[in-house]
Amino acid sequence: MSRPEDTLPPDLFYNDTESRKYTTSSRIRHIQATMTNRALELLDLRSPSLVLDVGCGSGLSGEILSSISPSEGGPHTWIGLDISASMLGVALEKDVDGDLFLADAGQGVPFRPGTFDAAISISAVQWLCNAESSEETAQGRLGRFFNGLYASLRRGGRAVCQFYPKNDDQKRMISSSAIRAGFGAGLLEDDPGTKSAKVYLVLTVGGGDLSG
Amino acid sequence: MKLLTLNFLTCARKTCKSLPAAFPLHPKDAELEVVETDFNAPFLRNILGRLEWDALKTLCMELGLPNLPPSAPEPEALLEPGAEMAELELERELEPTQTARDLHNLLLETGIKEGKLVCGNCGHEYAVKEGIANFLLPSHLV
Ligand SMILES: [Zn+2]
Repeated sequence: MSRPEDTLPPDLFYNDTESRKYTTSSRIRHIQATMTNRALELLDLRSPSLVLDVGCGSGLSGEILSSISPSEGGPHTWIGLDISASMLGVALEKDVDGDLFLADAGQGVPFRPGTFDAAISISAVQWLCNAESSEETAQGRLGRFFNGLYASLRRGGRAVCQFYPKNDDQKRMISSSAIRAGFGAGLLEDDPGTKSAKVYLVLTVGGGDLSG
Repeated sequence: MKLLTLNFLTCARKTCKSLPAAFPLHPKDAELEVVETDFNAPFLRNILGRLEWDALKTLCMELGLPNLPPSAPEPEALLEPGAEMAELELERELEPTQTARDLHNLLLETGIKEGKLVCGNCGHEYAVKEGIANFLLPSHLV
């Protein structure tokens, strides 16, 4: 295979199509991996765990969860939910290790109480604020998600949700919905005020030890 | 979908979720697949206490798999006899017992590839295609 720099000058090679290919395959992947690793650091899992991935998409975070070495407390077993069939199709092609569900987290979390050690969500929770019909409100969707998530985590479990809030109001609406569901909640912002600012909602379920 | 996952999955309908009849979901026209995966002793031990053993027994019966013992194995049964708890750190080097291997094979390597999962309370059927279950509910069922 010829290298691009051997065939055309860069301004001719990097046309729209090639740039888009580059963005999706490399830059986005890199940002996604960085955020997953940050979320994992905040989850602080010390032994192989059962993890829910909310908005798992094509399984980028899941691949990281599956590949954590025993010396770093892994690998973890994960279950992913996503509302996009085409994203799950990509995950299926990649043959990821986790189980995949076509599901809308705004409808709830269909697992029995205390199922998961932890949950992770990368760039997904802001979508729950898009109410899709007249029967649904953003508050209702957020409420069903956080109530379901809270119940599905074991006592002492944690969840970390990285999301892109539209504005401060939305940030408040999301965190207060989590707190109403029973979570201990904290917002953490990396690189605040910059173009690459990242918001992490760190959620804890009381009443157990974290070491399990 | 791994049988492990089925041991935690409930009907998604709000009116069902907390009712005993909505768990476990019942497979229908299920086609099974076996996908080999690395044995992970600490994970198995972690998850053991969270299993609903009776639901797992029901599932095996419904899928025509061999009967399970009446109760879940003790965590100690996953290690070779004589292994001290102090050796847990080294357990990856220890041979897993047959009990552990069987449990790993059942929970993590056996899965539903195609079929339906039916709620025992409301009768709603969730389709499973290529191992992926469709849990999207029409809005009037949410
Ligand atoms: Zn039901």
